[in-house]
Amino acid sequence: MPDLTEKKTSGDIPAQRTADAPAPKQEKARSLGSDAWHDLRRKPIFVISALLILLLVVIAIAPGLFTSVDPRAGDLRNHYLTKPNYGSFFQADWFGYDLQGRSIYARVIYGARASVVVGICVTAGVTILGGITGMLAGYFGGWIDTIISRVTDIFFGIPLLLGALVILNAFTERTIWSVVFALVALGWTQMTRVMRGSVITVKQADFVTAAKALGAGTTRILFKHILPNAIAPVIVVATIALGGYIATEATLSFLGIGLQDPTISWGIDINSAQKVIRTAPFALFFPAGMLSLTVLAFIMLGDAVRDALDPKLR
Amino acid sequence: MGRFVARRLLQMIPVFLGTTALIFFMVHLLPGDPLAALWGDKAPDPVQLAALKHQQGLDQPLLQQYLSYMGNLLTGDFGTSLDGRPVLDKITDALPVTVRLALFAFAIEIVVGIAIGLFSGLRRGKLFDKGTLVLTLLLIAIPVPVLGFVVQTVFGQNLKWVTPTVQDSNDITQLVLPAVVLGSLSLAYVARLTRTSIAENIKADYVRTAVAKGLPRRKVIGTHLLRNSMIPVVTYLGTDLGNLMAGAIVTEGIFNVQGVGHALYQAINMKEGATVSGFVAFLVLVYLAAGLIVDLLYAVLDPRIRYA
Repeated sequence: MPDLTEKKTSGDIPAQRTADAPAPKQEKARSLGSDAWHDLRRKPIFVISALLILLLVVIAIAPGLFTSVDPRAGDLRNHYLTKPNYGSFFQADWFGYDLQGRSIYARVIYGARASVVVGICVTAGVTILGGITGMLAGYFGGWIDTIISRVTDIFFGIPLLLGALVILNAFTERTIWSVVFALVALGWTQMTRVMRGSVITVKQADFVTAAKALGAGTTRILFKHILPNAIAPVIVVATIALGGYIATEATLSFLGIGLQDPTISWGIDINSAQKVIRTAPFALFFPAGMLSLTVLAFIMLGDAVRDALDPKLR
Repeated sequence: MGRFVARRLLQMIPVFLGTTALIFFMVHLLPGDPLAALWGDKAPDPVQLAALKHQQGLDQPLLQQYLSYMGNLLTGDFGTSLDGRPVLDKITDALPVTVRLALFAFAIEIVVGIAIGLFSGLRRGKLFDKGTLVLTLLLIAIPVPVLGFVVQTVFGQNLKWVTPTVQDSNDITQLVLPAVVLGSLSLAYVARLTRTSIAENIKADYVRTAVAKGLPRRKVIGTHLLRNSMIPVVTYLGTDLGNLMAGAIVTEGIFNVQGVGHALYQAINMKEGATVSGFVAFLVLVYLAAGLIVDLLYAVLDPRIRYA
């Protein structure tokens, strides 16, 4: 059954308007999604952060477009901690060279991939896993809710960083996927809670009762009626959390328990640059700067999306 | 009140059991032999390995290991690390330093965070408020290791106000810099939460009533507005004390503070499964206790919340 109620009201309102006021433009009633999009396009913060993120994603997909230098090729004899040459844009020596004579600019460019992939994959995994469990707990209630809620309580007792250390400690060879696994395994309960609360509110709405009365099946009610109306808070939390996951990956890599050397990560570079922080601060500055900029872009995006989707918090 | 506390304590039991079980099985089920690390890069001698395993009870079925582990936990025995020292010893050695560091950071974030949040919430949309938003956004975006090094370089090496690394972990004046770094992220969240909460409540009826009946401004803000606005902040602070203890891993590493984070990090690098699960079980207890205290504080702040 399509949502009869919604169609009807959206058709009715403009008709009434034209009756008493002659001029108003025929404006279609917007859904929450398109209303949010309408708001977002006008916000400079959203546009700036979205462009930044777009640039980062392009860098992550095709780093070869931005530099032709091999980020793993070191030249100790000629380039050990060579100072940056700020005039040579997009060249190997733009940001200087690191401890092993590798181009910092190339490493900063290639390091984007690890951060972006970890951020996006963890957020996707957490949203799917947490979304499904939260929906089940919120909609069915009873013993399903009890079990899922107790499990989330347990996971909430473990701070993210501590748990990730314990899980990652077990992998002898850690790739991007082991980091993604650890963060998803520990982070999904956050989304479960948000989704559960949201579903419980939506469940009591009249349109759900109406759908039930019309004989809609459980799957249909869950995915066609409840999910679209309950997803907004989850999207907000997920966007803001994305920046946090990127920061956590860098922190883990910095501690030496996240990504490992053949993978290029800003966290690893920050870790190796800390030994030469007095003599070559630029080796720390560029990966750290890029990392902060990336996290900042995602958090600003999340802030803007929250303002658009949840006008109450403004 | 007593009944409420008893109920909350009872509710803590399954959570504690579940969390410790989760940590235990994460340590023991995932690949990687906890004892093989003793041999470093060499292949372990199978006979010695088997003897050691037997001695530490690592050859028993997993379930039995878990049961004896839990039994020990309940009697205050957090296990023995591979060098033969009880884990509890290591914890009590390092704990005072970390507790001092975490409480210091906690105090900074509460005092500074709430003060900033209060002022910008009262002057919403003004310059101070906008500055707060930008500044807190930056604090949230800059990852802790980066912030740590920046602060260390600027104040320790360039300005020479303090020593870059901590020489004596028991000297509280040396802990200022690490505490500021540790507390900075939470400070930003506390300031933002307070700001939103204040800005929302300032329009509430009870504030208008308080103003209308002629209370001085100080009293309206202090007794009525601030107290009512603290509920979301206290919720956040409750989970935060545990996070500070965990976050100390990074800060203690950068500033060379000899605390729990430092010891835990070493244990992880040495692949000492028993030590790690002992430490984490202990930290989980701290975390749960903080949650309990928060629940009790709620009722002080908001009499509408009943101890049911």
